[in-house]
Amino acid sequence: MAAKVHVTATINGEPVEFLCEPRQSLLEVLRDELKLTGSKEGCNNGNCGACSVILDGLLVDACIVLGAEIDGCTVETIEGLMGPEGLHPLQQTFLENAALQCGVCTPGFIMAGKALLEKKPQATEGDIRHWCAGNLCRCTGYDKIVRAIIDAEPQLEVKK
Amino acid sequence: MNPTQTMDPAKTEVEQKYKVIGTRPIRHDGVDKVTGRAVYGADVQLPGMLHGKVLRSPHAHARVKSVNTEKAEALYGVKAVMTAADFPDAGSRTANLGELGEVPLKPMCDNVMASDKVVYHGHAVAAVAATSPHIAEEALKLIEVEYEVLPPVMDVLKAMEEDSPLLHDDLYTDELGEKSSKPSNVASHSRHVLGDINQGFAAADHILEREYRCATVHQGYIEPHAATAMWNPDGYLTMWVTTQGAFTVRTSVHQILEIPVSKLKVIPTEIGGGFGGKIPVYGEPVAAVLSRKARRPVKVVMDRTEVFQATGPTSGSYVKLKMGVTNEGRITAAETMLAYEAGGYPGSVVSLGGICMFAPYNVENLTIDMYDVVVNKPKTAAYRAPGAPNSEFAAECMIDEFCEILDMDPMEFRLKNGAKEGDIQCHGIPHPRIGCLETTEAARDCEHYQTPLEGPNRGRGVASGYWVNAGLTSSVTARLNGDGTVTLQEGSTDIGGTRTSIAMQLAEVLGIPVEDVVPSVADTDSVGYTEVTGGSRVTFATGWAAYNAGQSIRSQLIEQAAAIWKVDKDQVSLADGVIATTNGDSKSISIKELAADLSQKGIDIGSRETVTPQNHGGAYATHIVDVEVDPDTGKVTILRYTAVQDAGRAIHPSYVEGQMQGGVVQGIGWALNEEYYYNEDGHLMNSSFLDYRMPTSLDLPMIETIIVEVPNPGHPYGVRGVGEVPIVPPQAAVSNAIARAVGTRLGDLPMSPQRVVKALSAKS
Ligand code: FES
Ligand code: FES
Repeated sequence: MAAKVHVTATINGEPVEFLCEPRQSLLEVLRDELKLTGSKEGCNNGNCGACSVILDGLLVDACIVLGAEIDGCTVETIEGLMGPEGLHPLQQTFLENAALQCGVCTPGFIMAGKALLEKKPQATEGDIRHWCAGNLCRCTGYDKIVRAIIDAEPQLEVKK
Repeated sequence: MNPTQTMDPAKTEVEQKYKVIGTRPIRHDGVDKVTGRAVYGADVQLPGMLHGKVLRSPHAHARVKSVNTEKAEALYGVKAVMTAADFPDAGSRTANLGELGEVPLKPMCDNVMASDKVVYHGHAVAAVAATSPHIAEEALKLIEVEYEVLPPVMDVLKAMEEDSPLLHDDLYTDELGEKSSKPSNVASHSRHVLGDINQGFAAADHILEREYRCATVHQGYIEPHAATAMWNPDGYLTMWVTTQGAFTVRTSVHQILEIPVSKLKVIPTEIGGGFGGKIPVYGEPVAAVLSRKARRPVKVVMDRTEVFQATGPTSGSYVKLKMGVTNEGRITAAETMLAYEAGGYPGSVVSLGGICMFAPYNVENLTIDMYDVVVNKPKTAAYRAPGAPNSEFAAECMIDEFCEILDMDPMEFRLKNGAKEGDIQCHGIPHPRIGCLETTEAARDCEHYQTPLEGPNRGRGVASGYWVNAGLTSSVTARLNGDGTVTLQEGSTDIGGTRTSIAMQLAEVLGIPVEDVVPSVADTDSVGYTEVTGGSRVTFATGWAAYNAGQSIRSQLIEQAAAIWKVDKDQVSLADGVIATTNGDSKSISIKELAADLSQKGIDIGSRETVTPQNHGGAYATHIVDVEVDPDTGKVTILRYTAVQDAGRAIHPSYVEGQMQGGVVQGIGWALNEEYYYNEDGHLMNSSFLDYRMPTSLDLPMIETIIVEVPNPGHPYGVRGVGEVPIVPPQAAVSNAIARAVGTRLGDLPMSPQRVVKALSAKS
């Protein structure tokens, strides 16, 4: 077994240090070492987006990033989304639109939605469908998810 | 973006009648699920927990000659290794699995872990528990298995041939109730007959005869199976499982491991989708045995490849269909043969396919022959309206072909032949009140259908669907708290918002806001027996149990108030959360005040309810789809989609729409892309989400929904199960739309670009 790697990163605004095996993915580190189980594993090979997190401002699948790669980086996960004033607008619009059924894809979609609206605050239905094509949902047929992301746009504008 | 519409013929009446039902509250478990706090199967962490991994067969069909685990056991970090030899001998025992009925135990044990034979690629043969998942995976590579490879049987029709290689030497066909004398891959042949088929065909002006095939497809839930077991030295076993039925897991593990149910507690975690695939057990007994051997908790989580290779797909199928109609468009006769793949062990859902096939129509003369056939694929599991899409696809495609021949509007054909209350179904049971015709009328009159579709290579398809739904046993426990809220423990695992749709029914009875009901999903020690979350039954049956609990609390409160006021309880009523006298002396007290008073006096108000409703009735839907076909690439684009469905009574319309939309999209995936691709050796070649192509957001438009409400007389609020039927019409609707777009009918699923191009070039 290879020696563990020492990693320092910022996760959800907090400085974090951990040791991980070189073969461990960021998703494993988040879930197993840091106990941040909000990011889900649906496929472990970059095909479902259930593990979506934002790494230095970029939306990534945590299952195909190595834990050791995030040294010095900033990571945002679903656990960091709630602010002092409560739920993030996307969390709220997902609830209001019934945009989740089983909910296992939800953390990934909310992180994907956040990354999109940061880049493109007035994303259209087409933009959202294109951007979210890396996130699978088997329950909802996507209709209510797309609506929830659109509904969050004005609220995020106001927040700015 | 098209608006989602709700069409409710009795809307104003409902608005007056109900305060909670028909509203769209935020679900009680919502915050947990949007913050990442909800604990799903793989999120369980226990002190000292080990990680289990399963070794799987690289062959589709082989005898297992020996398994040597010595080297794996010696690896540093490995704490236990197991094989099928660690299970008690199943002998000829059976297990009762509720919706799935009484099943022999041996195939169930063998499916969890092969003893003498592997019957599909990915079949489990051994398992390891180690201190990390990576060590467990390394250990699997050290296990030596000697196989005698046998020829695989991959096609349902080939499997039925006399000289086909046999999967099981001891499988004899149940031939119309008689055991055959020779072993075969055909587990059973059964039949429904109605009327006189020859007379029916004699009365027809047009007769068609066609073959239809469905590929093997998977439920595709995003959360892989996960089970954690902690077996204590005193013999008590606790399991945390992502499952559609905690009690079904308890029964299965109890039977397989022969441990008393009293020593086995199953705690259902949140569940990341199931669609029928999370009813059977796979890693659960394995985690338990590994935990007993290692004397530590063990978590067994599948990866995606394992999910595809070894769990649930639904039956691939072959359907031969002959139907006759008159010039006026009346169906006179239908004759069909259904052959469904069961996978490696008997038990496909062919009988449900048979029952549903013509149920949207009144067909007086019919013969349905059903064959359950084993092939070297994973043991099939239920998948949303199990069995119905395969058979109804055939019927709905042929009906559309008749409509074209007769130049008749597909809605008119359906209104002419549509099933009504009292019509006899193929198994001889009359339909109860169903909303078949109402649904078709709503579909015919909707804006989508009334708007002409224009443009080259575009076509509109229509198809209907029926699903039987289920009743079965459900339980809840409710308790009034001192602040007037009600804690509600539900026996049904919640896959899509049912905590709330159940709680709403209790809230309605008491006239309190649904926010004052606090629902949770209980473990097997904490609530009465409850069957699986399946059969579209949870809002229907568990909701009914909650309704009864509400009624019981209601009468207890009335009794208590009557006692305080020293009046007869007949002179006290409860409405809108307030208990009041009706004898004119205008005494009243809110539930909150009375609850506080009773709680101070130490009087417990609550109720335990169990129901097993019998007259659940079926579900009916009609769908409309517009497609555009690219003649060069064969790609089919869904332009517009409307699903119309009878919900009986939509308790929480958003989640009813969600079920309709989700079912439609699974049906579209089934229609256009999804299939298990096996090579000649029977190896599954596409066991990833990249290669098993499920629809993404980019593949779809908004899915419009129209909810029709024809109250179900078999439920206090008129609820009808809604979850499953929406997966039934899409396959035929899309095929019919392609036919109208480019003039070629496709009877084999999926209608992938290759197939479409092939059909187009064959035509030209
Ligand atoms: S788990 Fe990372 S993309 Fe599926
Ligand atoms: S809500 Fe279940 S996968 Fe999206």
